[in-house]
Amino acid sequence: MALERERIAERAMYRLAEGELLEIYRLMTLIRRFEDKVAEMYTRGKITGFCHLYAGEEAIAVGAIHGLYDKDYVVSTYREHGHCLAKGASARAVMAELFGKSTGISKGRGGSMHLFDPVLRFMGGYAIVGGGLPIATGLGLAIAYRGDPEVVCCFFGDGALPQGAFHESLNMASLWKLPVIFVCENNFYGMGTLVQNAICQEELYRFADPYKIPGVRVDGMDVIEVYAAVSEAAARAREGKGPSLIEAITYRFRGHSMSDPAEYRSKREERIWQERDPIKRFRHLLLHERKIAAPVLDRIDQEESAVVDDAVKFADESPEPPLSELTKNVYVE
Amino acid sequence: MALITYREALNQALREELDRDERVFIMGEEVGYFGGAFKVTDGLIATYGEKRVRDTPISELTIVGAGVGAAMGGLRPVVELMTINFALLAIDQIVNTAAKARYMFGGQTKVPLVIRAPQGGGHQLGAQHSQSLEAYFVHCPGIRVALPATAADAKGMLKYAIRQEDPVMFLEHESLYGMKGEVPEDEDYLVPFGQAKVVREGKDVTIIAYSKTVHDALIAADLLENQGTDAEVIDLRTLNPLDIATVLESVRKTARAVVVYEGWLTGGAGAEVAAQIYQAAFDDLDAPIQRVASADVPMPYNRHLEAAALPSPDKIVRAVERIS
Repeated sequence: MALERERIAERAMYRLAEGELLEIYRLMTLIRRFEDKVAEMYTRGKITGFCHLYAGEEAIAVGAIHGLYDKDYVVSTYREHGHCLAKGASARAVMAELFGKSTGISKGRGGSMHLFDPVLRFMGGYAIVGGGLPIATGLGLAIAYRGDPEVVCCFFGDGALPQGAFHESLNMASLWKLPVIFVCENNFYGMGTLVQNAICQEELYRFADPYKIPGVRVDGMDVIEVYAAVSEAAARAREGKGPSLIEAITYRFRGHSMSDPAEYRSKREERIWQERDPIKRFRHLLLHERKIAAPVLDRIDQEESAVVDDAVKFADESPEPPLSELTKNVYVE
Repeated sequence: MALITYREALNQALREELDRDERVFIMGEEVGYFGGAFKVTDGLIATYGEKRVRDTPISELTIVGAGVGAAMGGLRPVVELMTINFALLAIDQIVNTAAKARYMFGGQTKVPLVIRAPQGGGHQLGAQHSQSLEAYFVHCPGIRVALPATAADAKGMLKYAIRQEDPVMFLEHESLYGMKGEVPEDEDYLVPFGQAKVVREGKDVTIIAYSKTVHDALIAADLLENQGTDAEVIDLRTLNPLDIATVLESVRKTARAVVVYEGWLTGGAGAEVAAQIYQAAFDDLDAPIQRVASADVPMPYNRHLEAAALPSPDKIVRAVERIS
């Protein structure tokens, strides 16, 4: 099974044009540098509130969303900066949101956990564990109702598996053959609780079986493998064959949130996963398998650092939302 | 005008809106082939098919959540919760998503979702099936709360709920389904939210009610008339938006107010109405505002105990007598 998936991924990589591969590399690099900068800005007090970083998991957002069309929908969680950037949001809009500014992607009303962009069809970060799955199911229902060709890609963590919302949504989406791709980012910890201490079935993809939908486990540190699995699930959904469950094995390089030093994990464990860094791995692949010259990648690294620096400057200089607008948009005016 | 039941008025409203707008669809437990647990959606699946009248699994959280998602995706879902008691399984999606999506996403989306649910006691259904939970939703900004008391309002308010743009908790009282009333047949008959109605004019005391308690208040008003007290009765119709202006105008005239609601006394929606009257019209009052509501107990099954727990015309009369 795993071997077969690797072969599919390998074929997928050779199908991708160089421009696409570089775009994938660029987005993963952007997300990593963005998150590193967010940590810095948080420490400096520029960003406050809860802040959950995506460093280490970039291959999932970028690989999955590369397997979608622009008009497809994405539903996310509170750890969603990466998904939002991968869907095409500007670093400026996301950073400004984290700074709470009126130029932010949610006008400063949402913060880190509630990014939203209807034009990009980034349908929101939801901060109740499992809360996005029913929303994704409903978006899938709207698509099926109209007979539209789009699909919904719904990201959630391993922590969402024991929630009723997960089981209700998979049942309903399967029952009605809705075009939803459920992507579980299994980073082994729901906050500080190990998956095996929370869920009776650690092979999370097997939860697809009772709902009679395809379930696969992929290496979430391998962007091409994620891309291949989501492409396949999206094609299936577009044909009216219904949802899929993809479990992507990954690891967050930082704690649950900025206030978590992750003392429940050993340094050794962290080191092992750092060695599987999805960006380093992909860079290695590009250099050695696709013979892309190092300076090309170095230039992308520099460009994305500049993009993030510019985003910070933009966010810092942007205005606060006016106090006079406190009650605006509670209702449709 | 046609003389039809509250139940038939709701059914008519649904039919007319399904006919008017392709984006409108109904979803819930037993709404299709069963015709609705209270037969409100009876016959609709035969006309509109499974796509637009969708039976769901027993999954309240995801029924409501999918309604929110479908609404954000451009449809106009009318979700039925079999009874309000099951809304507690869906309260995460109601409070955390439906009511908040527009605001927390910077005004870039809207959730035109109607959640219909029967509620109320009086049928010996015990503690878990007799609740009136409107206060739970009135407390939360971002979601409208509508409680029609008559067949005409049931139709006009449901049609308005489906056409307006915000999420709505549309709470129907189980005791009213069989009640008949004259209902306009105009396809564009709408009762906009936020317009309380003076259903009986009087000069001595204002009785403020909504949903079934409007009828209790009207009976009480007749009883009071025999005693020489001329009561004004106001049907609030919606608690969010709350038409406090109509209430204040009446209270300034009568100088006495009794608020009647079927939710529990403590923290009930009527307490908010009383607080707003005190804040705006304290000097106009000649007596303390009285509240008539359900006793602070889980609803007992026994007939006599249940009647003792619920508000009634007699209790309203006694409340008026206390301040007359």
